[in-house]
Amino acid sequence: MKKKTFWGGIHPEYHKQVSSETSIQLLPAPEQLVIPLQQHVGSSAKPMVKKGDTVLAGQRIGEAQGFVSAHVHAPVSGTVVAIEARPHSHGKMVQSIILDNDGEETWTDLESHADPIQLSRDQIKQAVTAAGIVGMGGAGFPTHVKLSPPADAEIDYFILNGSECEPFLTADHRMMVEFAADVALGTRLLAKAIGAKRVIIGIETNKMDAIQSLRKHAGNIDIVPLAVKYPQGGEKQLIKALTGREVPSNGLPYECGVVVQNVGTALAAAHAVRDGLPLTHRVITVTGECVQRPGNFLVPIGTSFQQMIEAAGGTKGTVGKVISGGPMMGTAQITTDVPVIKETSGILVLSQEQCAPTHPLACIKCSRCGDVCPAYLLPMRIERAAILGRWDEAEDYGAMDCIECGCCSYICPSKRYLLHYIRLAKNQIMSAKQTRSS
Amino acid sequence: MEQQQLILASSPHVRDTDSTQKIMLTVVVALLPVWGASIYFFGLDAVRLVLWAAAAAVVAEAIFQRLRGKPSSTHDGSALVTGMLLGLSVPPTLPSWMVVLGAIVAIGLGKQVFGGLGHNPFNPALVGRAFLTTSFAVPMTTWARPFDGISGATPLALGSGVVPYSDLFFGSIAGSLGETSVLAILLAGIFMFYRGVLDFRMPLGFLATTIGLMFVLGHDPLFHIMSGSIMFAAVFMVTCMVTTPVTRRGRVIYGIGVGIIVTVIRLWGNLPEGVTFAILLMNAATPLINRWTRPRIFGQGVTLDA
Repeated sequence: MKKKTFWGGIHPEYHKQVSSETSIQLLPAPEQLVIPLQQHVGSSAKPMVKKGDTVLAGQRIGEAQGFVSAHVHAPVSGTVVAIEARPHSHGKMVQSIILDNDGEETWTDLESHADPIQLSRDQIKQAVTAAGIVGMGGAGFPTHVKLSPPADAEIDYFILNGSECEPFLTADHRMMVEFAADVALGTRLLAKAIGAKRVIIGIETNKMDAIQSLRKHAGNIDIVPLAVKYPQGGEKQLIKALTGREVPSNGLPYECGVVVQNVGTALAAAHAVRDGLPLTHRVITVTGECVQRPGNFLVPIGTSFQQMIEAAGGTKGTVGKVISGGPMMGTAQITTDVPVIKETSGILVLSQEQCAPTHPLACIKCSRCGDVCPAYLLPMRIERAAILGRWDEAEDYGAMDCIECGCCSYICPSKRYLLHYIRLAKNQIMSAKQTRSS
Repeated sequence: MEQQQLILASSPHVRDTDSTQKIMLTVVVALLPVWGASIYFFGLDAVRLVLWAAAAAVVAEAIFQRLRGKPSSTHDGSALVTGMLLGLSVPPTLPSWMVVLGAIVAIGLGKQVFGGLGHNPFNPALVGRAFLTTSFAVPMTTWARPFDGISGATPLALGSGVVPYSDLFFGSIAGSLGETSVLAILLAGIFMFYRGVLDFRMPLGFLATTIGLMFVLGHDPLFHIMSGSIMFAAVFMVTCMVTTPVTRRGRVIYGIGVGIIVTVIRLWGNLPEGVTFAILLMNAATPLINRWTRPRIFGQGVTLDA
């Protein structure tokens, strides 16, 4: 069996076995939930309720503003006690609806379809839009936007991203094992909505049980085993591995005839189109050396990181970092008082020893960063340009093509903060562009 | 969990376990069989010169860092590597004070004036060697036979066909301390390759070019690559990370360039050996090679009708 893959990348320690055999556990909703109005890329949703209102579970409480935005729904029934700015896992304060759970789980009326695959493309897209579904792999891009490429774009491939290449995370893995039928249905629905000619699910071979369970429901879907390598699940890397095509620089996947969606997104789409369920719950992995009982949990959005860590048995040892997402691309948190949102794929608690800051030595030009960069960049050059404040030079070396996978910083023997400086360069280049155009 | 101070830093949050110190240590370990062979062939002179060179390089590093007001950097191991390389690339009869002076020049002029580790455009050990070769031409070209120490000519001076290949391979010939035993050098090279600190592109480009050119020009390629410093340089000098191109294509071109210059100097030049200056010249060309060989960025120049 020849495994497909991309050029470059790294083989970090995966630490997946600590939670990959743990079945998804449904957590009861907490007494109070914090539902941010911004859980996606694009403009914030507008609150449709006010303080004191009672809401039903599944009721739309935030209205999408514009096309690149997403609706927000109540995961439980209860009372709105406040609408105010609360800490958010992106590291800023975000306007959020604070909901007191009445414990009744009274659901709003849901529109279900016995045979969802017979629905038209537009009906599927409408159901996905109404359910407020966004990319659940970490980026949080509204799904209906991805399903609406320009009319003349021809989509040859719909790819479901089952690589889950981030170390530690196992949520997608468990969803594919335990909800294989629904994941396959969601894949078919999304592929139909986009009008794709071929449908592929790419899965790394460290998840053989997921490959086997999905094959039972595959039908006309190709289940393709992928080499275990980070960042196999990077959108561009996945497309390259599975189709040999390259997303053009500064372009989007549809420009090379491909649309990629995440496992959690497909599951949410199946629930939305078949059962009329909005996106109010998601599966996340709570793991890391400092977690007592790492595992995978199905939780209402709005549950705090603190409650999630407690559900996993609390912490042990000296906590260094709490990360939303995985260790390669996740965001370090300043507080555990932030809610799980639609794009939260995991909560990772690392020990102080693991997070000790490094003391960089000079670059010895070993070029390992260039040898692992899946975007074929020379990270050491961009880093140097950024340190010197030469933003034009950083751009010339392709800073904007960086996918921020972190392979360069990971591999650097001098422990330099390569990605950190590349991000700085990207920000500077972007803001210079905005200044010029305004 | 009691609210404790959480560490905030940007991703990635995990790092590989390899480090620059470990890379330097790997080179030191790789040099041990080479040093061992030189002790076997040349006795205590090999101990004396390598220890003096290594000690002088490390002390010079410490002093220059302090003069520049920078923290001590001797723990990164790079000065130790430079000193050992220099010590192993001089003749066994060289007076100790000369190799000490060479080590000071290597670290001072070859490395520290540019800003220390990672900033030197030229290979420091070769800067030291070039300094010694040009300053002390006679002691630097006075060779001793292995075991008995009687002065004798190197195989390169004698010409091909005089010394059997087996002597060239095992190293029982006159020459610089660490450069005679092809066997020990190959062991070191394999170890470094296995440990991921040696990029095969540079030695491959270098050796293939030298062999090809020598063959085409009617010389014995096997004799040439096994005599003089070619094998030693192929494993330890052209693979120097700091002074060679960062692009993959560039590293091949760099190796080819060294091969061409070595061949030209050996066949037509006035020097006994061309490797030192061939590498220093290609070091100078490295920034240009880097600029010419930038890799295609993912997604650039793709045709959409795939």
